[in-house]
Amino acid sequence: MTTGRMSVRWRDDALPLALLGPAVLYLLLLIVLPMVQALVLAFQGDDGTFTLEHLRRMTGDVAFRDAIRNTLVLLILIVPAQIVLALVMALLVHSRIRGHEWFLYVYAIPLAISDLAAGILWLSVFTQNGYLNTVLQALGIIKEPIVYLSYENIAMVIGAIVIAESWRATALVLVILVAGLQLIPRDYFEAADLFGASRLRRTVHVVIPLLRPSLQSALIIRTIFAFTTFAAVFALAGRNLPVVAGEAYNWSVVARDPHVAAAYALVLLALAGAMTMVYLRVLGTSETQRAR
Amino acid sequence: MRGVSRSFGRTPALRTVDLDVHDGEFMVLLGPSGCGKTTLLRTIAGLERPDAGAIAIGGRDVTSLAPRDRNIAMVFQSYAVFPHMTVRANIGFGLRMRRTPKAEQARRVADAAALLGLEALLERFPGQLSGGQRQRVAVARAIVMDADVMLMDEPLSNLDALLRLQARADLKRLHGEVKRTTIYVTHDQVEAMSMGDRIAVMGDGVIVQCDLPMAVYDHPATQFVGGFIGSPPMNFVRGAMSDSAFVAEGVRLRLERPPRAGGEIVMGVRAEHLRIGAEGLPADVLVVEPLGSHALVTVRVGGVPVKIEAPVDIGLRPDERIHVAVDQARIRWMDAATGTAIR
Amino acid sequence: MRLPYAVDRALVYAVALLLAAWVLVPLYFIGLAAFSTPDAAYSYPKALLPVAPSAETMRFFLDSRGVVSSIVNSFAVALLTIVIALLLGAPAGYALARFAFRGRDAFAVLVLTTKMFPIAILSIPLAVTFLQLGLYDSIVGVALVHSAMALPFVILVTSGVFVAVSHELEEAAQTLGCSRWTAFLRVALPLALPGLAAAAIFTFVISWNEAFASTILTLRSRTLPALVLTALDQSPITFKFAGGFVMAAPAIAFIFLMRRYLLNLWGGR
Repeated sequence: MTTGRMSVRWRDDALPLALLGPAVLYLLLLIVLPMVQALVLAFQGDDGTFTLEHLRRMTGDVAFRDAIRNTLVLLILIVPAQIVLALVMALLVHSRIRGHEWFLYVYAIPLAISDLAAGILWLSVFTQNGYLNTVLQALGIIKEPIVYLSYENIAMVIGAIVIAESWRATALVLVILVAGLQLIPRDYFEAADLFGASRLRRTVHVVIPLLRPSLQSALIIRTIFAFTTFAAVFALAGRNLPVVAGEAYNWSVVARDPHVAAAYALVLLALAGAMTMVYLRVLGTSETQRAR
Repeated sequence: MRGVSRSFGRTPALRTVDLDVHDGEFMVLLGPSGCGKTTLLRTIAGLERPDAGAIAIGGRDVTSLAPRDRNIAMVFQSYAVFPHMTVRANIGFGLRMRRTPKAEQARRVADAAALLGLEALLERFPGQLSGGQRQRVAVARAIVMDADVMLMDEPLSNLDALLRLQARADLKRLHGEVKRTTIYVTHDQVEAMSMGDRIAVMGDGVIVQCDLPMAVYDHPATQFVGGFIGSPPMNFVRGAMSDSAFVAEGVRLRLERPPRAGGEIVMGVRAEHLRIGAEGLPADVLVVEPLGSHALVTVRVGGVPVKIEAPVDIGLRPDERIHVAVDQARIRWMDAATGTAIR
Repeated sequence: MRLPYAVDRALVYAVALLLAAWVLVPLYFIGLAAFSTPDAAYSYPKALLPVAPSAETMRFFLDSRGVVSSIVNSFAVALLTIVIALLLGAPAGYALARFAFRGRDAFAVLVLTTKMFPIAILSIPLAVTFLQLGLYDSIVGVALVHSAMALPFVILVTSGVFVAVSHELEEAAQTLGCSRWTAFLRVALPLALPGLAAAAIFTFVISWNEAFASTILTLRSRTLPALVLTALDQSPITFKFAGGFVMAAPAIAFIFLMRRYLLNLWGGR
């Protein structure tokens, strides 16, 4: 009786629906309506008829293919880095080392920092007169400052963006993973040697499989968010490195062409929608696994 | 309470329950987990709506009233002591809600606190109290309301064993002093036996038997009741009648007063009504458990294990062959198919 | 291979501290840059310790056109967002925590899905709609989008908060003379207040940080991130450093205030 009682919920139909109704309506209104509007903007010509002209303008633009490629490249570099970094952080926090609450707090700080602010933070590090060059020179590693953020050296620019985004968004993955770790019985974490072979093996063979649902959702959420971030790219690379969200922004704010911007919005929504479908699939299977 | 039923989805939690509780009575609802006893209590409180049936308190139909209009008071299993209020504010909460005059509030809170020995703790917050103290706050908070009916939902189940014994005696004394009509839910049959004026045994959403504690103990209405009440529970041996003798696997018991029943029947007999001696039914000793005041001997009779209360110095060993005499006046017979008692 | 216990512990703490430094050092640098003289911002090599602190860079930033009003706008949008998101989200979270009802699962899926839905992108078509409705370039329009972004989080956090407040407390209050509503007000709400405050803070963070929608939906009523984003091309580095600091610094306080609820926001999938 005691165990069953914890999950007892009041049975009622009218009141909860009245409490939920406004939130549901609001979300649907602010999601469904603009999506319809986006379709209209992207596929309607000036005369009100169906047209592919806006779509063609988008795909015909020089930056389009670069934007897609850059977005994917950044995604492939950033997401694994974040997962590894967050996994180490999460295991440290979860191992209940002295001060683990403070470590969680510190590691989570970037959660409340925007990609724009993170980009500027790392600009102070990577700019030619910045802190990285200062430190390297003080250590005697370099003789004169290196130019990191030049469009002549796109690999370094991408490296800087990867570092800034990994710095910022690892916190999000961390929080998901720590929450996931708490669902795993503590017995799995008993022994004490983190860097001994046994603990490493246990982490790989026991903890990671158990953490799979959390890892999957972290992966998907991060992927969706990676499609929509661009401010860190703007801050570090200016307009030298087009990305999809940045192009959507440019067409809307700079070129003031809502039609092409809407077409870009649809591309982003399609990418995010595909990821959401995958997410729901995964969520569905993990639910059934848990039920079994 | 007349014909109350309630179901959740397609699972019936209460199936047409009838129950009369007398004024000033201490009624215990006893049953295993999931038998519907808590649902019944919550329905009386008004926290659940019955699908059918009616509930009256003191002749007043309260079926469609909100909990606050029923003049009931309830002690919850988790105590539900408000953590953001002092003990004093907790006990006085109901009186404040009823807008009782300030002076009377203070007097009644002081009385209730004195009754439960909480005077020294009035300014504390629940977080600073032990489990037993919180339980007493919950009882005081209910007592102070002067309600027509006190409802208690397993109020002792979260206490440790020693404290539970003490709290049980306290609650019984309290009921003796205030004589409030009380409906008390528990799954602990010892609690039920020791506290209840009457016990309503519930199983599967119905009240199986409602009677005085000793009547329930001596004359269980069904095999379920006999098996639930008593420690150890009643022994049951399945067999059939043949020429005024009860026959089961390997045993034949000649009866002085055979039951009027044919076909498969079950013999029910309590551990204290069996005696190990020179004659009687042949049995093999399985386990001997010395319990201090007596020993509990488990033997095999008629193919099933049977528990016997024996002197602690009985000196038996497992696998020993013995004989068991039955106090025939204390045998209870049940129908094997339905489990109901044959009178 | 087994390491001696002391060595193992030392390594664990070394890694933990190294990762803490990885998070904190860039924050330290931006603080250093924001509170030095504009000359120091261009000089090289830079001082790695606050040897000559100066408010001059910050003053230059705050004196720049539109900065103060954009900070005011950011606050106004964030507060409006908190009001909308909490008014809509807290009742929904409560319903999710307390009731079994038809459509509960469907609603839970809707919340989880919208949590990761890139709502900011929708500001592109919304800008056109808002133009027709007279909401374009207004604080209200931005707050509407921000509260849609925050709403799933508010629902999840408040639902977690109310689950932690036992339903028996509210029921006890009901048997003691409260109606359902007064039981909620007197018992559940006071106990849920810290959690609701955390939800409000997180809502503030979402709104305070959001640049994409704020830029697309405004022209003159810029929020701080919108202003800094649109000025990235033409502004001196001192402006960026000070702006970056003003945007990032509150995070230290925000995360501290809601540290107990962090796992509720993203955990539990």
